[in-house]
Amino acid sequence: MNIPEQLRYTKDHEWAKIEDNTLRVGITDYAQHEMGDVVYVDLKPTGTKVEKGDPVGTVESVKAVSEVFAPVSGTIIETNAALEQSPELVNQDSYGQGWMVVIAFEDAQDLEALMDAKDYEEYLSAEAK
Amino acid sequence: MSDRSPVVNFPVLREPLLSEMSGPGRNGMLVPTPFDVSRCTDVDVPSLLPALPEVSEVETVRHFTRLSRLNFGIDQGMYPLGSCTMKYNPKIADEIASRLAPVHPCDRRAFSPVLKHLFTLKTCLQEICGMDGCCLWPAAGAHGELTGMLVIKEALSARGQTRTKVLVPDTAHGTNPSSCTIAGFTTASIPSGRDGFLLASDLKGFLDSDVAALMITNPNTLGIFEQEITEIARLLHENGSFLYMDGANMNALVGIARPGDMGVDCMHLNLHKTFGTPHGGGGPGSGPVLVKKELEPFLPRPRIVQDESGQVSLMGDCPESIGQVHSLLGNVAVLVRALVYILSLGGEGLKDATVRACLNANYLKNRLKKTFALPYATPTLHEFVLTDKNQKPQGVSTLDIAKALMEFGFHPPTVYFPLVVQGALMIEPTESEPVSELTRFADAMEAIALAAGKRPEDLHETPRGMPCGRVDEVWAARNLVLTWNDLNPS
Repeated sequence: MNIPEQLRYTKDHEWAKIEDNTLRVGITDYAQHEMGDVVYVDLKPTGTKVEKGDPVGTVESVKAVSEVFAPVSGTIIETNAALEQSPELVNQDSYGQGWMVVIAFEDAQDLEALMDAKDYEEYLSAEAK
Repeated sequence: MSDRSPVVNFPVLREPLLSEMSGPGRNGMLVPTPFDVSRCTDVDVPSLLPALPEVSEVETVRHFTRLSRLNFGIDQGMYPLGSCTMKYNPKIADEIASRLAPVHPCDRRAFSPVLKHLFTLKTCLQEICGMDGCCLWPAAGAHGELTGMLVIKEALSARGQTRTKVLVPDTAHGTNPSSCTIAGFTTASIPSGRDGFLLASDLKGFLDSDVAALMITNPNTLGIFEQEITEIARLLHENGSFLYMDGANMNALVGIARPGDMGVDCMHLNLHKTFGTPHGGGGPGSGPVLVKKELEPFLPRPRIVQDESGQVSLMGDCPESIGQVHSLLGNVAVLVRALVYILSLGGEGLKDATVRACLNANYLKNRLKKTFALPYATPTLHEFVLTDKNQKPQGVSTLDIAKALMEFGFHPPTVYFPLVVQGALMIEPTESEPVSELTRFADAMEAIALAAGKRPEDLHETPRGMPCGRVDEVWAARNLVLTWNDLNPS
C-alpha cells in the first residue's frame, strides 16, 4: 500500500497536501483500490464554502458511489477538470494527477486533527481486523 | 454436485430490435381504415401516426419468445438478490388479476367491487403492520418513501414547525437519503454499532430540534433486527421527531412482529417484495404507505373509506392531504395480486412463510460461513451478508463469485451493498426455495471457493455459456450509449 510520507490523511481515506495556506485533496491509494475502477467524479464548483466534513464531491465506481469530504473548513479555490474526461486518473495516480480539489483553509488548527503517514498506516491495519 | 442438477443453457443469439426487422407493408392482420383520411383537411393525419415497426404476427411472437429465453427469472431458478425478496409469484394471483383487465376505473358500477377489495387489502396491511391508516397508491418502494416523508413534512408544518434534517443509519437502503432529499430534507448518516445495529446511545448525540425523523430499515440491510428500536422510538418522540421505517425487509417480520408496536409512525411496504407480486422487470411495483393516527389526515387523496352501512367509496375531500401521488388507483392489478397472496395464505400461512424465509437464510448462512467470511456474528433473520475476505488473497473478488454463480444456474446475490461491509455478498433465498435447491446453491458457492484456491484465473472469465460473457462494466460506464440511435447514427 502506497502511503507517501509527506502527506496528511483522514479517517475517510482522503489525503491532504499542505501548500502554504491551501490544501490539495484527493483519495488515498487504499481508497481507490477498494472502490475499484472509477467511472465518474463530480466535484463542487470553485468558490464553494465548505465546513470540515462536508462533501466536496462524489466518486463513482462500478461498485459504489462515495463522497469525498473536506479535511478542513475553507473555500474550494481549484478543482481538477481533467477528472471529468479521465476519471481513471484517480486509479492510475491517486496522489498526483488524480487530485480533486484545492481548499483555502481558514484555520491552521484544523490541520492538527489530520493523521500523518504512520498513523494512517496503523489506522488501516486496525480497520482490516 | 449431483448429475441431476438442472443446468441453465442459454441460446447464444443476437436478437435484433423489432424496428430492425421491420419492412414496409409487412403486416400481421388487415386493419380496417376507420374513416376516410382524405376527408380530414384540417388535420395532418400521417404525422400523427407513430413510426411503429411493420412485422408479421409470427415474427413478433418469435421475437418475444427468443427474448424470453435470454432472460432469467424466479420461474427458472433461485434468485437470492438480498433485500429484494425475489420470492415466487403464485400463479393464482395472476389468474384472478387478469379477470379485472376489462374493468375500467371510471365505470363506477363495475369498479365498486374492486374498491371493496382494495379496502380489504388496506385493512389487512394495517393489521399486519399495526398501523392506523394506509394509502395504497404509491407505485414503488422509493415512491412510498417520498410520499411518507412528505406526509411527515406536512404534519410538522401543521404543528407549526419547520424541521429540516432526517437521520439515516449507514445500514439503511440506498434510496432513503435520496427520497429525503427530494422531499426537501437534508440527511445525516448515523454509524451503526459494532454488532451491526443502531444503538440508542449513539442516536442521542444526533438529536436536536431540527431533526424531523429517523429513517430506519428494520431488519436492516445486514439482515439484523434493530434491537433497540423501542428505545430509539421513545427518544425520537421525546424529541418531537417521527420514526419512519423502510419496510423493504418486512418478509422477516410479517405475522411475527408489527412495526406499529415498535413505535413506528410511518412506513412503506413493497408489495412486490413481501407480498409476492411481480418484480424486477416482471411488472410494476407498489409501495403502500402506512401511518399512525396523527399522520392519517395528511395521506394522499383520494382515500378509501367505508360508511356505517359497509359501503366503500373514494373520498377526494381531504383538505390536509399532501395531494395526489398517482393517477386513479395506483397499480391496481398489483394491489389485487397482493390481496390474493394474503388471503390465500391466511394469518397462519403468512407467519409460516416468514419463519421459513428466516430458516432458509439461516441454513445457508450456517453452511457458508465455514467457507466465506461473515462480518457480523449477530443473529440474522431473512438475509445475511458474506464477504470475499477469504478469497481476495487468492485474487478472487465478490464480482467474480457473483458472475461464477450464473454458470450454476443462479441469479447472483446483491453485491457490494451494504457499503458498511467491504466486498459484500447479500444473500436472501426467501421461503420459496426447497432444501434441495438451497443445498445446490451452497454446493455451488463452495465449488467456487474451491476453484478460487486452485484456478483463480478461470473465475475471472466467468460467466461462460451465457448470451454474452463478462460485461466490461467500466467501459460501459465511461462510454455511455443510452439509445439505439447513439449506436446507429443515421
